[in-house]
Amino acid sequence: MLVKEVVEKLNLKVFSSKEGLDREVKGGYTSDLLSDVMGYSKEGQIWITLQTHKNIMAIATLKDLAAVILVKGFEPEADTLETANSEGIPVLGSDLEAFELSGILFNMLK
Amino acid sequence: MHLEYNVEGGDFTRAGYASSQIKKTLKQLNVDATVIKRVVVALYEAEVNIVAHAYRGVIYADINGAGIQLRLADEGPGIADVDMAMKRGFSTASREVREMGFGAGMGLPNISENADNFSIDTIVGKGTTLNIEIKF
Repeated sequence: MLVKEVVEKLNLKVFSSKEGLDREVKGGYTSDLLSDVMGYSKEGQIWITLQTHKNIMAIATLKDLAAVILVKGFEPEADTLETANSEGIPVLGSDLEAFELSGILFNMLK
Repeated sequence: MHLEYNVEGGDFTRAGYASSQIKKTLKQLNVDATVIKRVVVALYEAEVNIVAHAYRGVIYADINGAGIQLRLADEGPGIADVDMAMKRGFSTASREVREMGFGAGMGLPNISENADNFSIDTIVGKGTTLNIEIKF
């Protein structure tokens, strides 16, 4: 499944990097601990989190993640968007909580 | 090949810069993707440790056909109890650092899991040097 299909089905906001919407989604990872994501997420996964600062893009880039979804209506900080645009990794947004969003995405991808 | 990067303590806006540069270099050298992934995890954790705990530090990377040797030398508080610091879940990070999602006590264990050789030299009140080797 592509990031843009996830965006459509979950009705996500696209904060940045429209050119990254054709990236392939190979799974998901839900965590707000950056070292956890650094250590255990896998290439091509969508990362679900409530962290909004720039360091999430460093992790997403270093781990080659497909996209980041911010939960509960959180919005990315300005320098997060700058990095997201330069790296081509979409930052997306949902009003759902991490539990609900993860459950829906899990069922979509399984 | 020898690379050096300066890291400023407390500057989270630049955290991960050196890791990203070294990742690009390893890609250009056609290093195996699974090896690059291990280097990235170990190096990023070590780089963030300097930002989160030290005043400043330098990252030295030496790359040859056999692997990559990383040395991260910082001026900082040092580590009082290295055995405790190596335990998953133990952290001395500040509240601000934890609120960003760092300081979960996973950094040093993550480094250890991804390195072929890993050692810590530390002097309380002076600083810490990590030596990380990952073979290609």
